[in-house]
Amino acid sequence: MTSTETTTAPTTRTPAGGGGALADNGARPRVVAQDDNSRYLPDMPIPVIECEGVDIYYGGFRAVHDVSMVYGQNEITAMIGPSGCGKSTVLRCLNRMNDLIPGARVAGRISYRGQDMYGSDVDPIEVRRRIGMVFQKPNPFPKSIYDNIAYGPRVTGMKVESMDDLVEQALRGAALWDEVKDKLKQSAYGLSGGQQQRLCIARTIAVRPEVILMDEPCSALDPIATARIEDLMEDLRKDFTIIIVTHNMQQAARVADRTAFFTAQAAEGTGDRTGQLVEFDLTTKIFSNPADKRTEDYISGRFG
Amino acid sequence: MATIGQIATRPLRAERHGERSFASIAFLVALWLALAFAVLCLVTLLVTSFVDGVQRLDSNLFTQYSSQVRPETGGARAAIWGTLWVIGLTAVLAIPLGIAAAVYLEEFADPTRWYNRLVEVNLQNLAAVPAIVYGMLTAGLALTIGLRRGVVLAGGIALALLILPVIIITTREALRAVPAEIRQGSLALGATRLKTVWKQSLPSAVPGVATGTILALSRALGEAAPLLLLGAVVFVRFDPDGLMSGFTTMPVQIFNWAGQPQVEFRELAAAAIIVLLGMLLLMNAVAIVIRNRYQRRW
Ligand SMILES: Nc1ncnc2c1ncn2[C@@H]1O[C@H](COP(=O)(O)OP(=O)(O)OP(=O)(O)O)[C@@H](O)[C@H]1O
Ligand SMILES: [Mg+2]
Repeated sequence: MTSTETTTAPTTRTPAGGGGALADNGARPRVVAQDDNSRYLPDMPIPVIECEGVDIYYGGFRAVHDVSMVYGQNEITAMIGPSGCGKSTVLRCLNRMNDLIPGARVAGRISYRGQDMYGSDVDPIEVRRRIGMVFQKPNPFPKSIYDNIAYGPRVTGMKVESMDDLVEQALRGAALWDEVKDKLKQSAYGLSGGQQQRLCIARTIAVRPEVILMDEPCSALDPIATARIEDLMEDLRKDFTIIIVTHNMQQAARVADRTAFFTAQAAEGTGDRTGQLVEFDLTTKIFSNPADKRTEDYISGRFG
Repeated sequence: MATIGQIATRPLRAERHGERSFASIAFLVALWLALAFAVLCLVTLLVTSFVDGVQRLDSNLFTQYSSQVRPETGGARAAIWGTLWVIGLTAVLAIPLGIAAAVYLEEFADPTRWYNRLVEVNLQNLAAVPAIVYGMLTAGLALTIGLRRGVVLAGGIALALLILPVIIITTREALRAVPAEIRQGSLALGATRLKTVWKQSLPSAVPGVATGTILALSRALGEAAPLLLLGAVVFVRFDPDGLMSGFTTMPVQIFNWAGQPQVEFRELAAAAIIVLLGMLLLMNAVAIVIRNRYQRRW
């Protein structure tokens, strides 16, 4: 498919490189900010997290160079790009999970609501409490469904009036309550992969963060479970700011308000591949009328 | 060259190669012989001890002290109590220390620091140091701090030092088997590292830690050399009543009895071996129960 075709059909839910196995058949109507103006998006988002000239290193290796972008409040921001371009690296730095990797280092400024997230007086624990994370592979704890949800509030010392209510709320919030309400005391490992992933989302929202980071949350799931998570993200956006890394461009086009396209370029001399941000804009714009030739090549499947 | 059709119509009968070839059968037989040899040795030991010792497996064995003059009614009472004291102290010293050291190394230590790498290398070596060296170390320690050597405290310290590296290594392995995703999930919720260790890593590692620890204690239970070096007394006629009490243990007592010329002592030694084996079996059974119990949780 050429990019010309892409631009002529911006409202379909398979905007780019479509026709593949992952293309949606259009059976599920979905409210996405597109030409029908069903969702108003300001040109400038209300920033929750901001990156300014961010470089990220692993030891001496510079994995990401000069990323500047904002993640808007109650928006879904997608980060796409080829493998190894540093999407996960950037994502992990947004709640200081990258601190856990020995040798990882951030230069530049990442701020949360105006405060420097890497300031010397900042407690990473507090950062992670406000900015939760859902991982690629569902990772429920080896505990009951109930205890999986209750774990976060318990260990963070949250004041909870009724844990039962909080668990129910979180499970409802993750659209899982009806499926598990009769087996809350059973092991979380008895759930399907898609249910486990929604449990992980429920676990994350139970501690009431402001932002939820998701690193390819659907890549281990089948299309039906994926669709459920995407629907869920639409709901969650009302209360949370969501940042998602995905390899699935259709998914980015379906759920994201804004999309950032990253790529990795080999540095001259060393040959090290350093990730960089190519283009960051409204999703409709990225998929219908990208400003950069590399974005266009990537979303039309002509990358590489 | 055979066509696909020819290969497909060939019978599936075993020919010269495959599972029934001479080489694979010979290999299998060799494996069986190795296993049979090990089992045979064990069975011989068990049977001879049992035959020699069964008639002395009476209440005197448990209630009487060892006697130079009347071996036929003497018993291992002091050794049994001494063993309980020394192994109990060993467990109290070695288990918390070993687990704490393993948690530090596995969960907190930065492996790029030279001092952590130094500990790492030495740990492997310490696990291979002969037991008697730990006896000498403890004797030296006792001398320096002015402690009597042949007391429960010294014995417990020597055995704790002996099994500490083993406990650290097995605990680390159990911790390493806990998936990184579990820790990350906990940390991403805003749990501290300490909470993550306490609520996720350690509970998941309990089966491995318990098994490793109890097997290490079993090793300490059967150890005589460091205690002999420390001067565990042999004809003890009292139960230990504290850390500063003199003591003997089962292996030390067996070592001594087995060296006596009278046949009564040799019977006593055989009976004591049966008791010691019983203790070991009991500890291993406890290890298995703990492991199964915690694994069955889910
Ligand atoms: N823990 C780490 N230690 C050292 N280098 C790392 C580490 N994690 C990632 N990198 C390097 O950083 C670069 C970016 O990796 P990252 O995982 O962020 O890419 P990605 O865009 O998420 O790729 P993918 O789409 O395959 O998940 C790669 O060159 C990778 O080798
Ligand atoms: Mg990634």
